[in-house]
Amino acid sequence: MFESKTAPTYHLESMEENQFVLNLGPQHPGTHGVLRVVLHMDGEYILTADPVLGYGHRMQEKIAETMTYTQVLPYMARMDYLGALFYNQAWVCLVEKMCGFEVPKRAEYIRVLCAELNRIASHFLWFGAFLLDLGAFTPFLHAFADRERILDLLESVTGSRLTHCYFRFGGVGADVDNVFLAGAQAFVDHMRKHLPTYHSLVTGNVIFQQRTKDVGVILPFETWGYGISGPVLRGSGKQYDVRTSEPYSIYPELDFKVPVEQAGDCLARYLVRLREIEESLNIIEQTIAGMPKGPVRSKVPKIIKPPEGEAAMAVETPRGELMIYLVSDGSTVPYRVKYRVPSFANLSIFSHLARGRLLADALAILGSLDMVIPEVDR
Amino acid sequence: MMITEISILRTLLTITGITLVVGINAVFVVWLERKVAGHMQFRLGPTEVGPAGLLQTVADGLKLLSKQIIFPSSADTPIFILAPIICLIPVFVALVPVPFSETLQAHELDIGLLLVIALGLLNTLGILLAGWGCDNKYALLGASRAVAQILAYKIPLLLCILPVILLAGTFSLREIVVAQEGTMWFAFYQPVAFFMYLIAITMETNRSPFDFAEAESELVAGFHTEYSGMMFSLFFLAEYTYMFLASAIASILFLGGWLGPILPGPVWMLLKIYFFLFLMMWFRWTFPRVRVDQMLAFGWKILLPVSLLNFLFTAGVMAVL
Repeated sequence: MFESKTAPTYHLESMEENQFVLNLGPQHPGTHGVLRVVLHMDGEYILTADPVLGYGHRMQEKIAETMTYTQVLPYMARMDYLGALFYNQAWVCLVEKMCGFEVPKRAEYIRVLCAELNRIASHFLWFGAFLLDLGAFTPFLHAFADRERILDLLESVTGSRLTHCYFRFGGVGADVDNVFLAGAQAFVDHMRKHLPTYHSLVTGNVIFQQRTKDVGVILPFETWGYGISGPVLRGSGKQYDVRTSEPYSIYPELDFKVPVEQAGDCLARYLVRLREIEESLNIIEQTIAGMPKGPVRSKVPKIIKPPEGEAAMAVETPRGELMIYLVSDGSTVPYRVKYRVPSFANLSIFSHLARGRLLADALAILGSLDMVIPEVDR
Repeated sequence: MMITEISILRTLLTITGITLVVGINAVFVVWLERKVAGHMQFRLGPTEVGPAGLLQTVADGLKLLSKQIIFPSSADTPIFILAPIICLIPVFVALVPVPFSETLQAHELDIGLLLVIALGLLNTLGILLAGWGCDNKYALLGASRAVAQILAYKIPLLLCILPVILLAGTFSLREIVVAQEGTMWFAFYQPVAFFMYLIAITMETNRSPFDFAEAESELVAGFHTEYSGMMFSLFFLAEYTYMFLASAIASILFLGGWLGPILPGPVWMLLKIYFFLFLMMWFRWTFPRVRVDQMLAFGWKILLPVSLLNFLFTAGVMAVL
């Protein structure tokens, strides 16, 4: 009964009296998207949990093979709609790497600045959604009020509020002005003052602590086997962040810490994300202070034709390690694109964590993994 | 009792009065809840319909009335229909012995408090029937949670009431208030019982942080998942009336009911009731939900022993004095 299955097959006749199968989703307020989890329950306890994927499958990888390199860029960001700029970043860095394009310093600074703003926005949305899973409504709107400031900022430079497409091969779409930089600095100052409210509203709450402590513990040795990355990994005591372990862009020049918690439970993952917000604020402040003058885009050919060969590029998204693997045959369309998405890998440990727990715990765990379901399904 | 013209008139007045109280309270409390929630969340809440959005609930009620009621094909229809009625009627009746001032009371009963407690228990029966009748696993889980919950809070609740009974020496709600006249309110004699009672009524009314019978993020909508239109709003009405009732009993038992300086009795009574209602809203919009097993452990391992000790202590002190 406790072995994991590849496909959920249950024999209702052979079930014991209190056992039943519960479909969590695809429409359910707790799964934040079209994720379906088939739960084999014994009363309130979960015996097995099998995620069923594919409701939002959009053939992202296959479609990428039919588009030019430029056309793929905006479509890709629809996968993780909360961290669109990270897909932008991974793709442009990858193509730049293959073609050997130069990127002006100012463009790199703008990229990091916007990406970190995007990371904070994503963490805010996660914070609200996670607390919603735990049954608290108010933190959601507090986080959204602050997220709104970021969306306004990003809208002013990227033109869109959610699925931004701002980075270009060899730079960024448009230069930022002083109003934007002043706004970003004002946001940093505001958040430094406002973050303690988050802690006093949520972190210290007895009920919150009870609900998250020792729930969904991921042991350090389990993380590599499941391919866990991002804040979930760092919540289990592993110091791994693509920004420092395989540095890209200007991250080596910046001074920031990679927050790590040892406990591996939902609370640890929560704390890691909140501390990441603080670190991102530090990064933003540094990029604003060190923003060089100069062009924001280098001269690149109108038609992108990477030489034959293959390359991979990994970036740290708010959810973990995103890697794009590209095979080029020298033509204007990619020959093969493979996405290694963090949400998918992080979801794989869910059935292991949910086994033997209460239904309420399972939803807390699902929330703490911070998944974007379209990214899982692709 | 002889059926006289006066008794018929009194019955009619009672029914009209209670219906008015229930209706106006529901309109007002739903509005208040949305306003309180709004202001806690940087929002304004309803503003459009009526002055400051006061009539929003009326508009919502009309909308719900006009909606189709969907009966699930596999539902046990008689139970499905009966459940919201069983939820609502007892709280309706339980308002009969509640005094709003020395003279404003539908019917004075010697055992008013017992009647209220007994009728309050029926609410859970309604929830159980709702969960059972609609053939939905989420609803059934919600209902089973509500039943597990009632055992955990009802005994401590009674043990919190008993010290007050000892102090007042009566089960009549009116006499309990009269007993507090001229002395301090019972909340000051019985702070522990008062505090425990506050927690217990939050559980009793299925309010957050103990709202796991409907637990939106876990059970979709819990026991009323399959209910739509007016039948859904009957559950809503029952919940808000139950909150009103529980707050009324709390203010009678611990805060001296209608007693208070300057303002007339009923005003004081309503002020105290809405104080408790505001407390419950405050809980709801700031706390995460407790897990089921944690709530049961809390009920059995903390609420029950502490309230029992408090009761025994009170009884001991009363016996010595």
